Amino acid sequence: MSAPGGAASLETLGRLAVSPGRRRKDRLARGAILTATLLALVPLVLIVYYLLRKGLGAWSSDFFTTDPTGSTFFKNSNIGGIKSAILGTIEMVALASAIAVPIGVAVAVWLVEYGRDSLFANVVRFFVDVLTGVPSIVFGLFVYIVLIVGTGTSYAGWKGSIALSLLMLPVVVRSAEVILNLVPNGLRESALALGAPRWRVVGRIVLPTALPGMVTGVLLAVARAAGETAPLLFTAAYTHETTTNLGSFMNSLPVQIYTDVTSPTPRVVERAWGAALTLVLLILVLNMVARLVSRRSRLA
Amino acid sequence: MEAASITGGDRGLLSRSPLARFPDRALKWGLTVLAGLILVLIVYFFVRLFDESRPAFEQQGVFAFVFEDNWNPGAGHFGALPLVVGTLITSALALLIGVPVAVAAALYTSELSPRRFRAPLMILVELLAAVPSVVYGLWGIFYLAPKLHPAEVWFSETFSFIPFVGGGIVTIPNCFIAGLVLAIMILPIVSAISREVMSTVPPDHKEAALALGATRWEMIRISILPYCRSGIVGGAMLGLGRAIGETIAVTILIGGSTQMVQNLFGQSNSLAAVIANEFGEAQGTHRSALFACGLVLFVLTLLVNGIARWFVVRAGRAAGPPRAEEHRTGAATAALAADTAAGA
Repeated sequence: MSAPGGAASLETLGRLAVSPGRRRKDRLARGAILTATLLALVPLVLIVYYLLRKGLGAWSSDFFTTDPTGSTFFKNSNIGGIKSAILGTIEMVALASAIAVPIGVAVAVWLVEYGRDSLFANVVRFFVDVLTGVPSIVFGLFVYIVLIVGTGTSYAGWKGSIALSLLMLPVVVRSAEVILNLVPNGLRESALALGAPRWRVVGRIVLPTALPGMVTGVLLAVARAAGETAPLLFTAAYTHETTTNLGSFMNSLPVQIYTDVTSPTPRVVERAWGAALTLVLLILVLNMVARLVSRRSRLA
Repeated sequence: MEAASITGGDRGLLSRSPLARFPDRALKWGLTVLAGLILVLIVYFFVRLFDESRPAFEQQGVFAFVFEDNWNPGAGHFGALPLVVGTLITSALALLIGVPVAVAAALYTSELSPRRFRAPLMILVELLAAVPSVVYGLWGIFYLAPKLHPAEVWFSETFSFIPFVGGGIVTIPNCFIAGLVLAIMILPIVSAISREVMSTVPPDHKEAALALGATRWEMIRISILPYCRSGIVGGAMLGLGRAIGETIAVTILIGGSTQMVQNLFGQSNSLAAVIANEFGEAQGTHRSALFACGLVLFVLTLLVNGIARWFVVRAGRAAGPPRAEEHRTGAATAALAADTAAGA
C-alpha cells in the first residue's frame, strides 16, 4: 500500500501510518514466509545437483546398451548398464496405459454423461477416490494375491503392468472427469438438437473437444506409474536380461535402482545414480509435455 | 398415433427405431457396468486381502496383532506395534516439518510474491512431486543422511535430557531422516491444495481487511487463514495419507530394525517398509502377517483419506458462492484435481 500523495496533510499521514510495532510484525511474518518458501526449494536444488553430478558420471556409451550383469564381486568385473531396466519400464508402463486409459476415460465419460449426480455415480466417485489413497505397495500385494497365489504361477511383466494400471486408473478417471465437465453444454445440446444420438455426441463432439486436456491427465498418470517401485517388487520382480516377453520376469528402472541402492559395492551404487538420472529425465519430459499440451488445450 | 401411421410403424414420427436406439443403450449400460466393476474390484480386493491375512489374525487375534510389541518372525511372533508406532512417528514428523513450509509456500505464491514469479515458483514446488520415491531414498541415504549426521549427533547430545529425542545412539539411517524426507515428499501435495483453497477466498474479504488499514500479514491472518483452515487441514490429512503409505524411500531410510523405536535418531520400521523388506523370503504365517500389515495400512489410509476429503470438500462448499451449484462442487473438484496432479 502506497502512502497518500502530497495532497494529504501531515496530520492525516500520521493517522494513516502503521505503528512501528505492527510494521515490524508484518516484516517479520513476511520474512518468515519467504524463508520457508525458499526452504521448500532447497531439496529440489540439492537433488537435481547431485543427480546431475553423480548421474552424469555414471553415464557412458554402453551404459544404455548393455544389461546389468550381476557380477559385482571383483573390483574390475563388468557390472553392465541399464538397458533391460529402461526397456522393461517402457514395456510395462505402455501395457499399463493400454489397460488404464480406455477404462479410466470410459468411467469418466459415464460419470459425466450418464451418472451425473445420481447416488450410484457419487458412490463410484467415492470409490475412485479410495483407490487414489491406497498405498502403492498394497496394490502390489493385491496383484500378488490374485495373480500369483491365485493362479499358482510366478512373477511376470504383465502382472506388474496390472499393478501399475490400478495405480493409474484413479488419476485418469479424476482428471478426465474434470476436463469432460469443462466441455460446454451448448455443444452437446446443439448436437442432440440436430438429432444425433447420444453415443455419437459422446464420440464425435465431447471426446474430441476434451482430448487435449485428457492427454495431460494421462501423461501425468504415466509419469506417476513410471516412477513406482513398490507395486513391481512382488509382481514383475527383478532380472538382468532384456526381454520382450511380458510373461516372464521383467526389469524396470525403479526396481533396478532399489536393488543397486542396497549394494555394498560403490560402482553399483554409481549405476543407481545413473539410472536415477535417466528415470527422472524420463518423468520430467512426460511432465513438460503434459504442461505444454494443457497450455494448448482450449478448455483448461 | 396418426403420425405413426404415416411412417408405417407403431412408433412416433420423431423417435428412433429400436435398432437405431440399440448403440445408445449398449453404451449406457456398458459404461454403467464398467463403473460398477470398480466397486466390485475394491470390495474383492478387501475380501481377498482379509482372507490372506486371516491365519495371522487367528494366531495373534486382531487386537494383539496391532497392539502387541513383539515382531519376531523367527519365533513366529507377530505383534505389529513397533511397525505401527514407526509409521505414526515418521508420518507425524513429516506433517510437523512439511505442513508449515508447504502452507508458507502456498501463501507466498498466492499472496506475496511478485506476479511474474508465481508460475515458476508453483512449477518448482510441484516438480518435487515428479521425483520418484526410490530417487528420494537414494539421495537421502547417500547424501542427506551422512551430511546431517554430525548435526544429529550434536542435537542428540545437547538435548540428551529430553526423553526420546536425546541420549541414544545416532545411526545413519534413522527415524528422523525418514520423517524429513517424507516431509519433502508431501510438500507439493499440501502446498497445491492449500493454494487451491486460498484462491477461493473472495477478493472482498482481502480488500476489506486492507481497506481497514491491515498490513499484508494482518490481512493473511484475518481474512485468509480462517477462511482456509478447513481446506488446509484437509490438505495436511491427504499428505498424512501419502506419508503413511510411502514405501520405498522409507524402507531405504528407516533402517529396518523391528524393535520398538527407542529414540528419534535410532532405527525403526514402518508397516509399508516391513512388507518391502521381508516379503521376499516370507513363508506361511509370516507372509500372512505381512498381508495383515498391508490390510492395517489399507484401513489406516482409508480412514485418513476419508477424513481429509471430508475437510477439503467442506472447504470447497464454504468457498463457492451459494447461488451457483456448479461452482460449489467446482471448487472442491479443483482442489481434489490438484491432489491427483500433485500425485504424479
